[in-house]
Amino acid sequence: MLKIIGTRLNQGMRTTPWPKKPVTLAASYRGLPRLNDQCDAAIIGQCAEQCPQQAIDAAAKTIDLGRCVFCGDCAGDFVRFTNDFRLGCAARSDLITAGDLPDLASRAKEQWRKLFGRSLQIRQVSAGGCNACEADTNVLGTPFFDLSRFGIDFVASPRHADALHVTGPISKNMKSALLDTYAAMPEPKAVIAAGCCAISGGPFYGSEEIIGDLNSLIPVDLYIPGCPPHPMSTLHALVTFFKGRAER
Amino acid sequence: MADFLQIENGQALPLAAVPTIGLARFARLIRDFTQSGGAIVQFFAHQEQARPNCHRLYAVTRGSGLFALATEVDGDFPSLTLAAGAKFAMFEREIAEQYGIKPTGHPWLKPLRRHDRDYEYFTVKGEGVHEVGVGPVHAGIIEPGHFRFQCAGEEVLHLEIRLGYQHRGLERLFTTAPRGRLPIIAESIAGDTAIGHSLCFCQAIEAMAGIEVDAAASSARVIALELERLANHVGDLGALSGDVAFAPPAAYFGRIRGEFLNLLLLMSGNRFGKSLVRPGGVGQALGPMQFDAILEKIAELRPQLKQVCDLLFTAHTVTARFERAGLVNREIAERLGLVGPCARASGLEYDAREFFPSECYATLPGNVLGLTQGDVLSRALVRRDEIFHSLNLVETLAQAAADCQAAADWRACSPAPEHLVVTVNEGWRGEISHCLITDAAGRIARYKIKDPSFHNWMGLAMALRGQGISDFPLCNKSFNLSYCGFDL
Ligand code: SF4
Ligand code: SF4
Repeated sequence: MLKIIGTRLNQGMRTTPWPKKPVTLAASYRGLPRLNDQCDAAIIGQCAEQCPQQAIDAAAKTIDLGRCVFCGDCAGDFVRFTNDFRLGCAARSDLITAGDLPDLASRAKEQWRKLFGRSLQIRQVSAGGCNACEADTNVLGTPFFDLSRFGIDFVASPRHADALHVTGPISKNMKSALLDTYAAMPEPKAVIAAGCCAISGGPFYGSEEIIGDLNSLIPVDLYIPGCPPHPMSTLHALVTFFKGRAER
Repeated sequence: MADFLQIENGQALPLAAVPTIGLARFARLIRDFTQSGGAIVQFFAHQEQARPNCHRLYAVTRGSGLFALATEVDGDFPSLTLAAGAKFAMFEREIAEQYGIKPTGHPWLKPLRRHDRDYEYFTVKGEGVHEVGVGPVHAGIIEPGHFRFQCAGEEVLHLEIRLGYQHRGLERLFTTAPRGRLPIIAESIAGDTAIGHSLCFCQAIEAMAGIEVDAAASSARVIALELERLANHVGDLGALSGDVAFAPPAAYFGRIRGEFLNLLLLMSGNRFGKSLVRPGGVGQALGPMQFDAILEKIAELRPQLKQVCDLLFTAHTVTARFERAGLVNREIAERLGLVGPCARASGLEYDAREFFPSECYATLPGNVLGLTQGDVLSRALVRRDEIFHSLNLVETLAQAAADCQAAADWRACSPAPEHLVVTVNEGWRGEISHCLITDAAGRIARYKIKDPSFHNWMGLAMALRGQGISDFPLCNKSFNLSYCGFDL
């Protein structure tokens, strides 16, 4: 017992100060990209051509954050990655951006804020993918991120869930289990597509073994880009979208 | 033995150099080799475009060296699982599923990843025997898989694990996707092993195209692989602690795991180290900014890890639950061909870093095995020992690290035509191996991926025999296997 107390004192309190204080992620982290529309067209063209995810539209000078894996290959004159982790969006089209995302808080439906603003129960379904998305969702339960202080919890049964959080490109082999889970949830229910896999197939696009777009199966309400999304991106998106607070 | 060709880890060789012998002799040699302690690294089929009716079976085996051997079959072939044992079971099921050629006499020939065919579970009948099914969607935030327990009361008589839910068609994707996508796909085979699988992929490309990696970049790759091991081993100890309801270490280990992920983030811009390893070296420049921060963190975390390990392993309530739970003795581990910490916990000494060192591992000291009684406690202690060993490796390398530049664009490289390369690395779960075969134009004709979980899932099933079903989460965590790495 003494050992437990001693270790406790030694380890201290480690929860992130967010949202009371803004947090800054390491400069190396590639978050929201800012695009330079003055950039030389040849460079833009090269970025678009070399992007492994076909995420860059050279003519429109935009990046599709729903396809991007944030590999950093395009970083340079045209694309500059900031360490801004606030990437959640309420519409698929919002993810196609030159660097300014719409304010997520104002996109949250009034009805959900009322229903889920104080308590949100989420059922997670992993459907294909590489498991990094799941791992970085799981950490929200650690004392550092401490998701439950916001009244948000991941639950075991779809019957208890208000929202469905889906990761992975929806392998064909997971399609029916995913749809069954969705069907088992009571109305009203929100759907979250997390990671570029669930949004566009991610690194696996073009494979015959995946569906590749959650929205083609069930209507998605919240998109969280990333490969995987940083835990702060998920935390920010959940709290902002369902609580309607404009968090830093 | 004379027929086998000894090969080097990560060295490309002409396909024609791989001895191709008659099926009967092939089967006999492989059987003899594996029955005297040899293990299988790869066993797969390849169908050459020019000869649609012929399948070549490639076997890569390991003893004190790596060996390759091939044969040709024009249809079904006698099962090696039947002739030589369980090590072959998964490999043969894979061959049957991928190419439609059957290993005749295979005692357990069922679909492996595909769900569009009938699947019959093994059932036990008798008074008081009942069945428990779990998954594919589990209670927590975990990957999908289906577990079917045959129980008598609380006791598990048999556990059957059905996977494939994460199947994304990766091996095929490697042969069809444009080159620029391949590193991205490789690091997404299993995200928690992004570095390990990327290394296998990049070493294969480098060997095929004769791309040199300088010493600084190679050392940075090893640092990354060890950080990946640290993050996962630390996370596993936390999860094990959580599973026996000892909350403090679970919380501390969970937080410390995050610190290692953040070091990978510092090196690569991604918490799993994605985009760090690229053919030719590393994806971005690294220097004192990264290496000094790593050294500082290690100095800070080592005493913390000591303290929390001490807290966990001196708690009698914990060791009482860990001890003798989920036993896999050495003989069974050997027969199933287990790899990695789970195999070492059962007394099998194999560690690819020592046996077939890639990168700069040959210059680094190996780890010494501690407790090897094959239970949850041993699997936890092996991880603890590997944590401190890895801390030392990272520290040694970071102290001596030199600046490295981002690797040059590799996409225009020309891989040797009609060659084969096998790469092997010791990931945190054990031996990862990729095999790349090129066609006459130097394109990827066959890409074979093997995650250590491919060997080890059967180990988990065996560990559950005779256990209380309530011990499943604990046993499962002590293996912590990859679904996506298996499902590909
Ligand atoms: S960071 Fe995104 S947009 Fe840029 S090259 Fe990589 S995938 Fe494409
Ligand atoms: S989005 Fe990226 S991290 Fe998430 S499951 Fe897909 S490949 Fe893995």
